Amino acid sequence: MSEFRCPECGYAFNEERGDEHEGYPPGTRFDSLPDDFACPDCAVRFKEDFVPGFGDGHCSNE
Amino acid sequence: MVVGFNEWAGDSAIFLLGIASMNGYTAELSNGRAIHYIDPKRWLWLLSVFYPLQPFLGIWLHAETAHEAWLLLPLFLGYVVGPTMDSLLGEDNNNPPDEIVPQMERDPYYRRLTYAIVPLHFLSLIVTAWWAGTQQLSWWAFTCLALVAGLTSGLAINTGHELGHKKSKLERRLAQIVLAVPVYGHFWIEHNRGHHRDVSTPGDPASARMGESIYRFAIREVPGAFKRAWAIETERLERRGRSVWSTDNQILQSTLLSGMVQLGLLLVFGWLMIPFLLIHNVFAWWQLSSANYVEHYGLLRLTDADGKVERCQPWHSWNSNHIYSNLVLFHLARHSDHHAHPLRRYQSLRHFEDLPTLPSGYFGSYLLAYLPWLWYRVMDKRLLALPHVQGDLARVNIDPARRQVLYEKYAQATNNE
Repeated sequence: MSEFRCPECGYAFNEERGDEHEGYPPGTRFDSLPDDFACPDCAVRFKEDFVPGFGDGHCSNE
Repeated sequence: MVVGFNEWAGDSAIFLLGIASMNGYTAELSNGRAIHYIDPKRWLWLLSVFYPLQPFLGIWLHAETAHEAWLLLPLFLGYVVGPTMDSLLGEDNNNPPDEIVPQMERDPYYRRLTYAIVPLHFLSLIVTAWWAGTQQLSWWAFTCLALVAGLTSGLAINTGHELGHKKSKLERRLAQIVLAVPVYGHFWIEHNRGHHRDVSTPGDPASARMGESIYRFAIREVPGAFKRAWAIETERLERRGRSVWSTDNQILQSTLLSGMVQLGLLLVFGWLMIPFLLIHNVFAWWQLSSANYVEHYGLLRLTDADGKVERCQPWHSWNSNHIYSNLVLFHLARHSDHHAHPLRRYQSLRHFEDLPTLPSGYFGSYLLAYLPWLWYRVMDKRLLALPHVQGDLARVNIDPARRQVLYEKYAQATNNE
Protein backbone atom coordinates (compact mmCIF):
# COMPACT_ATOMS: atom_id res chain seq x y z
CA MET A 1 0.00 0.00 0.00
CA SER A 2 1.27 3.43 -0.85
CA GLU A 3 1.02 6.92 0.38
CA PHE A 4 0.36 9.98 -1.74
CA ARG A 5 1.31 13.44 -0.60
CA CYS A 6 0.12 16.91 -1.37
CA PRO A 7 3.18 18.84 -2.61
CA GLU A 8 1.82 22.09 -1.18
CA CYS A 9 0.84 21.31 2.38
CA GLY A 10 2.13 17.80 3.04
CA TYR A 11 -1.27 16.18 3.55
CA ALA A 12 -0.72 12.44 3.14
CA PHE A 13 -3.29 10.02 1.79
CA ASN A 14 -2.30 6.60 3.08
CA GLU A 15 -4.14 3.83 1.25
CA GLU A 16 -3.89 1.47 4.20
CA ARG A 17 -5.39 3.95 6.64
CA GLY A 18 -7.69 5.84 4.29
CA ASP A 19 -9.09 9.06 5.70
CA GLU A 20 -11.93 8.49 8.09
CA HIS A 21 -12.87 12.15 8.46
CA GLU A 22 -13.19 12.53 4.71
CA GLY A 23 -15.13 9.28 4.41
CA TYR A 24 -12.47 7.16 2.69
CA PRO A 25 -12.29 3.83 4.53
CA PRO A 26 -9.02 1.96 5.17
CA GLY A 27 -7.87 0.22 2.01
CA THR A 28 -9.15 2.93 -0.36
CA ARG A 29 -6.92 3.01 -3.44
CA PHE A 30 -5.69 6.46 -4.38
CA ASP A 31 -6.68 5.64 -7.97
CA SER A 32 -10.26 5.16 -6.89
CA LEU A 33 -10.57 8.70 -5.50
CA PRO A 34 -12.78 10.96 -7.62
CA ASP A 35 -11.01 12.70 -10.52
CA ASP A 36 -11.78 16.10 -9.04
CA PHE A 37 -10.28 15.13 -5.68
CA ALA A 38 -8.74 18.24 -4.10
CA CYS A 39 -6.35 18.16 -1.16
CA PRO A 40 -8.62 18.08 1.93
CA ASP A 41 -6.28 20.44 3.80
CA CYS A 42 -5.28 23.14 1.33
CA ALA A 43 -7.62 22.52 -1.66
CA VAL A 44 -5.14 24.14 -4.04
CA ARG A 45 -3.56 20.89 -5.24
CA PHE A 46 -5.46 18.11 -6.97
CA LYS A 47 -5.31 14.38 -7.52
CA GLU A 48 -2.88 14.69 -10.44
CA ASP A 49 -0.50 16.79 -8.34
CA PHE A 50 -0.14 14.26 -5.53
CA VAL A 51 3.27 12.65 -5.22
CA PRO A 52 3.47 8.92 -4.53
CA GLY A 53 5.79 7.59 -1.86
CA PHE A 54 5.94 5.95 1.51
CA GLY A 55 5.90 7.80 4.76
CA ASP A 56 4.75 7.90 8.34
CA GLY A 57 1.72 10.02 7.60
CA HIS A 58 3.26 13.04 9.29
CA CYS A 59 1.95 16.30 7.97
CA SER A 60 4.10 19.37 7.61
CA ASN A 61 2.86 22.80 8.59
CA GLU A 62 1.58 21.48 11.88
CA MET B 1 6.21 53.49 9.98
CA VAL B 2 7.55 50.21 11.21
CA VAL B 3 10.55 49.00 9.32
CA GLY B 4 11.85 45.48 9.64
CA PHE B 5 15.51 44.69 9.78
CA ASN B 6 17.73 41.75 9.25
CA GLU B 7 20.67 41.86 11.56
CA TRP B 8 23.76 40.05 10.51
CA ALA B 9 25.31 38.53 13.57
CA GLY B 10 28.80 37.23 14.12
CA ASP B 11 29.79 33.61 14.37
CA SER B 12 29.10 33.64 18.08
CA ALA B 13 25.38 33.76 17.28
CA ILE B 14 25.74 30.20 16.00
CA PHE B 15 25.21 29.14 19.62
CA LEU B 16 21.72 30.52 19.45
CA LEU B 17 20.77 28.42 16.45
CA GLY B 18 17.23 27.22 16.62
CA ILE B 19 16.32 29.29 19.64
CA ALA B 20 13.11 31.16 19.04
CA SER B 21 12.26 33.76 21.61
CA MET B 22 11.09 37.28 22.11
CA ASN B 23 14.65 38.30 21.37
CA GLY B 24 14.38 37.01 17.85
CA TYR B 25 15.36 34.03 15.80
CA THR B 26 18.68 32.83 14.55
CA ALA B 27 19.34 30.57 11.60
CA GLU B 28 22.28 29.47 9.53
CA LEU B 29 22.44 30.45 5.88
CA SER B 30 23.60 28.04 3.18
CA ASN B 31 26.95 29.87 3.08
CA GLY B 32 27.50 29.06 6.75
CA ARG B 33 26.84 32.55 8.09
CA ALA B 34 24.31 33.15 10.81
CA ILE B 35 21.32 35.40 10.40
CA HIS B 36 19.48 36.96 13.30
CA TYR B 37 15.98 38.30 12.91
CA ILE B 38 13.65 40.15 15.22
CA ASP B 39 10.05 40.25 14.07
CA PRO B 40 9.16 43.96 14.20
CA LYS B 41 5.45 43.15 14.27
CA ARG B 42 5.64 40.55 17.04
CA TRP B 43 4.03 42.69 19.73
CA LEU B 44 1.98 44.75 17.34
CA TRP B 45 -0.15 41.69 16.60
CA LEU B 46 -1.69 42.28 20.03
CA LEU B 47 -3.77 44.91 18.24
CA SER B 48 -5.67 42.02 16.60
CA VAL B 49 -6.34 40.59 20.06
CA PHE B 50 -7.61 43.77 21.65
CA TYR B 51 -9.50 45.15 18.68
CA PRO B 52 -12.58 42.96 19.30
CA LEU B 53 -12.97 44.75 22.63
CA GLN B 54 -13.72 48.04 20.84
CA PRO B 55 -17.42 48.12 21.83
CA PHE B 56 -16.35 48.38 25.49
CA LEU B 57 -14.73 51.72 24.80
CA GLY B 58 -17.96 53.25 23.56
CA ILE B 59 -20.03 51.60 26.29
CA TRP B 60 -17.67 52.80 29.01
CA LEU B 61 -17.70 56.40 27.74
CA HIS B 62 -21.49 56.27 27.42
CA ALA B 63 -21.74 55.01 31.00
CA GLU B 64 -19.41 57.75 32.23
CA THR B 65 -20.92 60.69 30.37
CA ALA B 66 -24.50 59.61 29.50
CA HIS B 67 -23.87 60.86 25.97
CA GLU B 68 -25.17 58.24 23.54
CA ALA B 69 -22.93 59.57 20.79
CA TRP B 70 -20.01 57.75 22.42
CA LEU B 71 -21.57 54.48 21.34
CA LEU B 72 -20.63 55.49 17.79
CA LEU B 73 -16.95 55.47 18.65
CA PRO B 74 -16.15 52.00 17.23
CA LEU B 75 -17.85 52.93 13.94
CA PHE B 76 -15.68 56.04 13.92
CA LEU B 77 -12.63 53.84 14.59
CA GLY B 78 -13.53 51.62 11.65
CA TYR B 79 -14.59 54.15 9.06
CA VAL B 80 -12.53 57.23 9.93
CA VAL B 81 -9.57 56.25 12.12
CA GLY B 82 -8.83 53.06 10.17
CA PRO B 83 -8.40 54.64 6.72
CA THR B 84 -6.57 57.58 8.31
CA MET B 85 -4.13 55.33 10.14
CA ASP B 86 -3.50 53.40 6.94
CA SER B 87 -2.74 56.60 5.14
CA LEU B 88 -0.55 57.97 7.96
CA LEU B 89 1.38 54.81 8.81
CA GLY B 90 1.67 53.70 5.22
CA GLU B 91 2.95 50.40 3.97
CA ASP B 92 5.21 47.75 5.33
CA ASN B 93 6.97 45.56 2.77
CA ASN B 94 9.06 43.66 5.27
CA ASN B 95 9.27 39.89 4.89
CA PRO B 96 10.86 37.51 7.37
CA PRO B 97 13.87 35.77 5.78
CA ASP B 98 12.99 32.34 4.36
CA GLU B 99 15.51 30.67 6.67
CA ILE B 100 13.67 32.09 9.69
CA VAL B 101 10.13 31.27 8.60
CA PRO B 102 10.03 27.68 9.93
CA GLN B 103 10.93 28.96 13.43
CA MET B 104 8.33 31.68 13.28
CA GLU B 105 5.72 29.17 12.13
CA ARG B 106 6.53 26.92 15.09
CA ASP B 107 6.64 29.71 17.66
CA PRO B 108 3.50 29.11 19.76
CA TYR B 109 3.21 32.80 20.69
CA TYR B 110 1.53 33.73 17.40
CA ARG B 111 -1.06 30.99 17.45
CA ARG B 112 -1.84 31.64 21.12
CA LEU B 113 -2.93 35.14 20.17
CA THR B 114 -5.52 33.64 17.84
CA TYR B 115 -6.71 31.31 20.63
CA ALA B 116 -7.00 34.22 23.06
CA ILE B 117 -9.36 36.13 20.79
CA VAL B 118 -11.98 33.38 20.70
CA PRO B 119 -13.46 33.96 24.19
CA LEU B 120 -13.10 37.73 23.74
CA HIS B 121 -15.51 37.61 20.80
CA PHE B 122 -18.15 35.89 22.92
CA LEU B 123 -17.55 38.39 25.72
CA SER B 124 -17.77 41.30 23.32
CA LEU B 125 -21.12 40.17 21.90
CA ILE B 126 -22.61 39.39 25.31
CA VAL B 127 -21.56 42.69 26.89
CA THR B 128 -22.79 44.71 23.93
CA ALA B 129 -26.11 42.81 23.94
CA TRP B 130 -26.40 43.42 27.69
CA TRP B 131 -25.93 47.15 27.21
CA ALA B 132 -28.39 47.26 24.31
CA GLY B 133 -30.92 45.18 26.21
CA THR B 134 -30.78 46.94 29.58
CA GLN B 135 -30.28 50.65 28.84
CA GLN B 136 -32.99 53.04 27.78
CA LEU B 137 -31.39 53.89 24.44
CA SER B 138 -32.84 55.96 21.66
CA TRP B 139 -33.62 53.95 18.53
CA TRP B 140 -30.58 55.29 16.67
CA ALA B 141 -28.18 54.55 19.53
CA PHE B 142 -29.62 51.04 19.80
CA THR B 143 -29.14 50.52 16.06
CA CYS B 144 -25.59 51.86 16.23
CA LEU B 145 -24.77 49.51 19.08
CA ALA B 146 -26.07 46.56 17.05
CA LEU B 147 -23.94 47.71 14.11
CA VAL B 148 -20.91 48.01 16.40
CA ALA B 149 -21.52 44.46 17.60
CA GLY B 150 -21.74 43.28 13.98
CA LEU B 151 -18.64 45.19 12.92
CA THR B 152 -16.78 43.51 15.75
CA SER B 153 -18.11 40.04 15.00
CA GLY B 154 -16.94 40.50 11.42
CA LEU B 155 -13.49 40.22 12.98
CA ALA B 156 -14.56 36.88 14.45
CA ILE B 157 -14.87 35.63 10.87
CA ASN B 158 -11.32 36.82 10.29
CA THR B 159 -10.13 34.95 13.38
CA GLY B 160 -12.06 31.87 12.24
CA HIS B 161 -10.38 32.24 8.85
CA GLU B 162 -6.88 32.17 10.34
CA LEU B 163 -7.69 29.25 12.65
CA GLY B 164 -9.73 27.26 10.12
CA HIS B 165 -6.87 27.00 7.65
CA LYS B 166 -4.70 24.97 10.00
CA LYS B 167 -4.34 21.23 10.35
CA SER B 168 -4.51 20.87 14.11
CA LYS B 169 -7.76 19.67 15.63
CA LEU B 170 -7.61 22.40 18.26
CA GLU B 171 -7.39 25.22 15.74
CA ARG B 172 -10.14 23.77 13.56
CA ARG B 173 -12.40 23.36 16.57
CA LEU B 174 -11.69 26.92 17.70
CA ALA B 175 -12.54 28.12 14.19
CA GLN B 176 -15.93 26.40 14.44
CA ILE B 177 -16.48 27.91 17.87
CA VAL B 178 -15.54 31.51 17.02
CA LEU B 179 -17.60 31.36 13.81
CA ALA B 180 -20.63 30.64 15.98
CA VAL B 181 -20.53 34.29 17.16
CA PRO B 182 -21.55 35.73 13.76
CA VAL B 183 -23.64 32.59 12.91
CA TYR B 184 -21.26 31.74 10.08
CA GLY B 185 -20.30 28.17 10.94
CA HIS B 186 -20.27 27.10 7.30
CA PHE B 187 -17.54 29.60 6.47
CA TRP B 188 -14.44 27.54 7.13
CA ILE B 189 -15.70 24.69 4.93
CA GLU B 190 -16.91 27.04 2.24
CA HIS B 191 -13.73 29.08 2.29
CA ASN B 192 -11.13 26.32 2.57
CA ARG B 193 -12.71 23.75 0.34
CA GLY B 194 -14.78 25.93 -1.98
CA HIS B 195 -13.36 29.41 -2.38
CA HIS B 196 -9.70 28.37 -2.43
CA ARG B 197 -10.47 25.76 -5.09
CA ASP B 198 -12.64 28.03 -7.27
CA VAL B 199 -11.15 31.47 -6.58
CA SER B 200 -11.21 33.97 -9.44
CA THR B 201 -13.43 31.82 -11.64
CA PRO B 202 -16.81 33.12 -12.85
CA GLY B 203 -18.66 30.48 -10.83
CA ASP B 204 -17.09 31.39 -7.48
CA PRO B 205 -19.72 33.16 -5.37
CA ALA B 206 -16.90 34.62 -3.25
CA SER B 207 -15.01 36.29 -6.15
CA ALA B 208 -16.43 39.61 -7.35
CA ARG B 209 -16.85 40.34 -11.05
CA MET B 210 -15.92 43.51 -12.88
CA GLY B 211 -18.97 45.78 -13.07
CA GLU B 212 -20.67 44.02 -10.16
CA SER B 213 -21.41 46.41 -7.30
CA ILE B 214 -20.64 45.24 -3.79
CA TYR B 215 -24.38 45.22 -3.06
CA ARG B 216 -25.20 42.86 -5.93
CA PHE B 217 -22.13 40.83 -5.06
CA ALA B 218 -23.25 40.31 -1.46
CA ILE B 219 -26.68 39.11 -2.60
CA ARG B 220 -24.97 36.50 -4.81
CA GLU B 221 -22.20 35.66 -2.35
CA VAL B 222 -24.04 35.06 0.93
CA PRO B 223 -26.48 32.37 -0.28
CA GLY B 224 -24.04 31.03 -2.89
CA ALA B 225 -21.34 30.45 -0.30
CA PHE B 226 -23.75 28.72 2.05
CA LYS B 227 -25.01 26.41 -0.72
CA ARG B 228 -21.47 25.47 -1.69
CA ALA B 229 -20.49 24.73 1.92
CA TRP B 230 -23.62 22.62 2.39
CA ALA B 231 -22.91 20.67 -0.81
CA ILE B 232 -19.30 19.99 0.23
CA GLU B 233 -20.32 18.84 3.71
CA THR B 234 -23.20 16.72 2.36
CA GLU B 235 -20.80 14.96 0.01
CA ARG B 236 -18.39 14.21 2.85
CA LEU B 237 -21.15 12.89 5.09
CA GLU B 238 -22.55 10.71 2.30
CA ARG B 239 -19.12 9.13 1.85
CA ARG B 240 -19.14 8.41 5.56
CA GLY B 241 -22.62 6.94 5.35
CA ARG B 242 -23.99 9.58 7.71
CA SER B 243 -27.09 11.68 7.39
CA VAL B 244 -26.62 15.35 6.66
CA TRP B 245 -28.78 15.97 9.73
CA SER B 246 -26.44 14.03 12.03
CA THR B 247 -24.25 15.49 14.76
CA ASP B 248 -21.29 14.82 12.44
CA ASN B 249 -22.33 17.77 10.29
CA GLN B 250 -19.67 20.38 11.06
CA ILE B 251 -21.89 23.22 9.89
CA LEU B 252 -24.68 22.18 12.23
CA GLN B 253 -22.24 21.82 15.14
CA SER B 254 -21.26 25.46 14.90
CA THR B 255 -24.82 26.60 14.15
CA LEU B 256 -26.08 24.79 17.23
CA LEU B 257 -23.68 26.81 19.35
CA SER B 258 -24.86 30.00 17.62
CA GLY B 259 -28.44 29.04 18.42
CA MET B 260 -27.63 28.49 22.07
CA VAL B 261 -25.85 31.84 22.41
CA GLN B 262 -28.50 33.85 20.58
CA LEU B 263 -31.43 32.08 22.24
CA GLY B 264 -29.75 32.65 25.59
CA LEU B 265 -29.45 36.38 24.88
CA LEU B 266 -33.10 36.46 23.84
CA LEU B 267 -34.22 34.74 27.04
CA VAL B 268 -32.13 37.00 29.26
CA PHE B 269 -32.57 40.39 27.58
CA GLY B 270 -35.97 39.96 25.93
CA TRP B 271 -37.49 40.75 22.55
CA LEU B 272 -35.10 43.67 21.89
CA MET B 273 -32.56 41.00 21.08
CA ILE B 274 -34.47 40.09 17.91
CA PRO B 275 -33.65 43.32 16.03
CA PHE B 276 -30.28 43.57 17.80
CA LEU B 277 -29.12 40.13 16.73
CA LEU B 278 -30.57 40.45 13.22
CA ILE B 279 -28.61 43.65 12.63
CA HIS B 280 -25.54 42.13 14.32
CA ASN B 281 -25.57 38.99 12.19
CA VAL B 282 -26.15 40.70 8.87
CA PHE B 283 -23.56 43.40 9.55
CA ALA B 284 -20.98 40.77 10.55
CA TRP B 285 -21.60 38.93 7.27
CA TRP B 286 -21.31 42.24 5.47
CA GLN B 287 -17.76 42.61 6.78
CA LEU B 288 -16.81 39.32 5.16
CA SER B 289 -18.61 40.27 1.94
CA SER B 290 -16.58 43.49 1.93
CA ALA B 291 -13.31 41.58 2.26
CA ASN B 292 -14.28 39.05 -0.38
CA TYR B 293 -15.38 41.82 -2.72
CA VAL B 294 -12.07 43.65 -2.72
CA GLU B 295 -9.84 40.58 -2.66
CA HIS B 296 -10.46 39.27 -6.18
CA TYR B 297 -12.49 41.95 -7.99
CA GLY B 298 -12.47 41.22 -11.73
CA LEU B 299 -9.51 38.85 -11.59
CA LEU B 300 -9.87 35.77 -13.77
CA ARG B 301 -8.12 32.43 -14.04
CA LEU B 302 -8.07 31.56 -17.73
CA THR B 303 -9.48 28.38 -19.21
CA ASP B 304 -7.39 26.59 -21.85
CA ALA B 305 -8.66 24.91 -25.04
CA ASP B 306 -9.29 21.66 -23.14
CA GLY B 307 -11.51 23.45 -20.65
CA LYS B 308 -8.88 23.26 -17.90
CA VAL B 309 -8.73 26.25 -15.58
CA GLU B 310 -5.26 27.60 -14.86
CA ARG B 311 -3.89 27.33 -11.33
CA CYS B 312 -4.39 30.22 -8.95
CA GLN B 313 -1.47 32.57 -9.52
CA PRO B 314 -0.20 35.52 -7.49
CA TRP B 315 -1.95 37.92 -9.89
CA HIS B 316 -5.35 36.46 -9.01
CA SER B 317 -5.63 38.39 -5.73
CA TRP B 318 -5.56 42.07 -4.79
CA ASN B 319 -3.06 42.94 -2.08
CA SER B 320 -2.25 45.71 0.31
CA ASN B 321 0.72 46.25 2.58
CA HIS B 322 -0.92 48.96 4.66
CA ILE B 323 0.26 48.09 8.09
CA TYR B 324 -2.66 49.20 10.20
CA SER B 325 -5.23 47.13 8.25
CA ASN B 326 -2.88 44.17 8.22
CA LEU B 327 -2.26 44.32 11.97
CA VAL B 328 -5.98 44.33 12.72
CA LEU B 329 -6.72 41.56 10.22
CA PHE B 330 -3.84 39.09 10.64
CA HIS B 331 -2.08 40.00 7.39
CA LEU B 332 -5.21 39.17 5.40
CA ALA B 333 -4.30 41.77 2.80
CA ARG B 334 -1.17 39.84 1.84
CA HIS B 335 -3.65 37.81 -0.06
CA SER B 336 -1.65 36.38 -2.95
CA ASP B 337 0.71 34.56 -0.63
CA HIS B 338 -2.28 33.34 1.35
CA HIS B 339 -3.82 31.80 -1.78
CA ALA B 340 -0.51 30.31 -2.88
CA HIS B 341 0.05 28.77 0.55
CA PRO B 342 -3.27 28.60 2.40
CA LEU B 343 -1.77 26.98 5.50
CA ARG B 344 0.98 29.55 5.98
CA ARG B 345 0.49 31.31 9.30
CA TYR B 346 -0.29 35.01 9.39
CA GLN B 347 3.04 36.03 10.90
CA SER B 348 4.97 34.70 7.91
CA LEU B 349 2.80 35.81 4.98
CA ARG B 350 4.95 37.64 2.46
CA HIS B 351 4.84 40.69 0.29
CA PHE B 352 5.90 40.27 -3.35
CA GLU B 353 6.68 42.91 -5.94
CA ASP B 354 4.40 43.58 -8.92
CA LEU B 355 1.22 42.11 -7.48
CA PRO B 356 -2.25 43.56 -8.08
CA THR B 357 -2.45 46.26 -5.42
CA LEU B 358 -5.43 47.92 -3.79
CA PRO B 359 -5.36 51.72 -3.57
CA SER B 360 -5.58 51.62 0.22
CA GLY B 361 -5.70 49.23 3.16
CA TYR B 362 -8.87 47.25 3.76
CA PHE B 363 -10.50 49.98 5.85
CA GLY B 364 -10.25 52.48 3.01
CA SER B 365 -10.91 49.94 0.28
CA TYR B 366 -14.20 48.92 1.90
CA LEU B 367 -15.33 52.55 1.94
CA LEU B 368 -14.40 52.91 -1.70
CA ALA B 369 -16.35 49.74 -2.53
CA TYR B 370 -19.46 51.14 -0.80
CA LEU B 371 -19.52 53.87 -3.48
CA PRO B 372 -19.72 51.74 -6.64
CA TRP B 373 -19.28 54.58 -9.15
CA LEU B 374 -16.07 55.64 -7.42
CA TRP B 375 -14.89 52.05 -6.99
CA TYR B 376 -15.29 51.40 -10.74
CA ARG B 377 -13.46 54.62 -11.56
CA VAL B 378 -10.47 53.63 -9.44
CA MET B 379 -10.43 49.86 -9.79
CA ASP B 380 -11.45 49.21 -13.39
CA LYS B 381 -8.47 51.27 -14.51
CA ARG B 382 -6.15 49.32 -12.19
CA LEU B 383 -7.62 46.02 -13.29
CA LEU B 384 -7.19 46.69 -17.00
CA ALA B 385 -3.66 47.99 -16.45
CA LEU B 386 -2.47 44.75 -14.86
CA PRO B 387 0.36 43.13 -16.85
CA HIS B 388 -1.55 39.88 -17.36
CA VAL B 389 -4.70 41.72 -18.51
CA GLN B 390 -3.28 44.54 -20.68
CA GLY B 391 -6.70 45.99 -21.33
CA ASP B 392 -8.11 42.71 -22.67
CA LEU B 393 -11.60 42.20 -21.23
CA ALA B 394 -11.48 38.53 -22.21
CA ARG B 395 -8.95 38.17 -19.40
CA VAL B 396 -11.28 39.67 -16.81
CA ASN B 397 -13.96 38.07 -14.62
CA ILE B 398 -16.77 40.23 -15.93
CA ASP B 399 -20.36 40.54 -14.76
CA PRO B 400 -22.52 39.04 -17.56
CA ALA B 401 -25.17 41.71 -16.96
CA ARG B 402 -22.60 44.46 -17.58
CA ARG B 403 -20.63 42.73 -20.32
CA GLN B 404 -22.11 44.65 -23.25
CA VAL B 405 -21.79 48.02 -21.53
CA LEU B 406 -18.19 47.43 -20.47
CA TYR B 407 -17.13 46.13 -23.88
CA GLU B 408 -18.64 49.23 -25.48
CA LYS B 409 -17.06 51.51 -22.90
CA TYR B 410 -13.62 50.06 -23.45
CA ALA B 411 -14.21 49.80 -27.22
CA GLN B 412 -13.73 46.10 -27.66
CA ALA B 413 -15.75 43.66 -29.73
CA THR B 414 -17.58 41.14 -27.55
CA ASN B 415 -16.49 38.34 -29.87
CA ASN B 416 -12.94 38.92 -28.63
CA GLU B 417 -13.21 36.17 -26.08
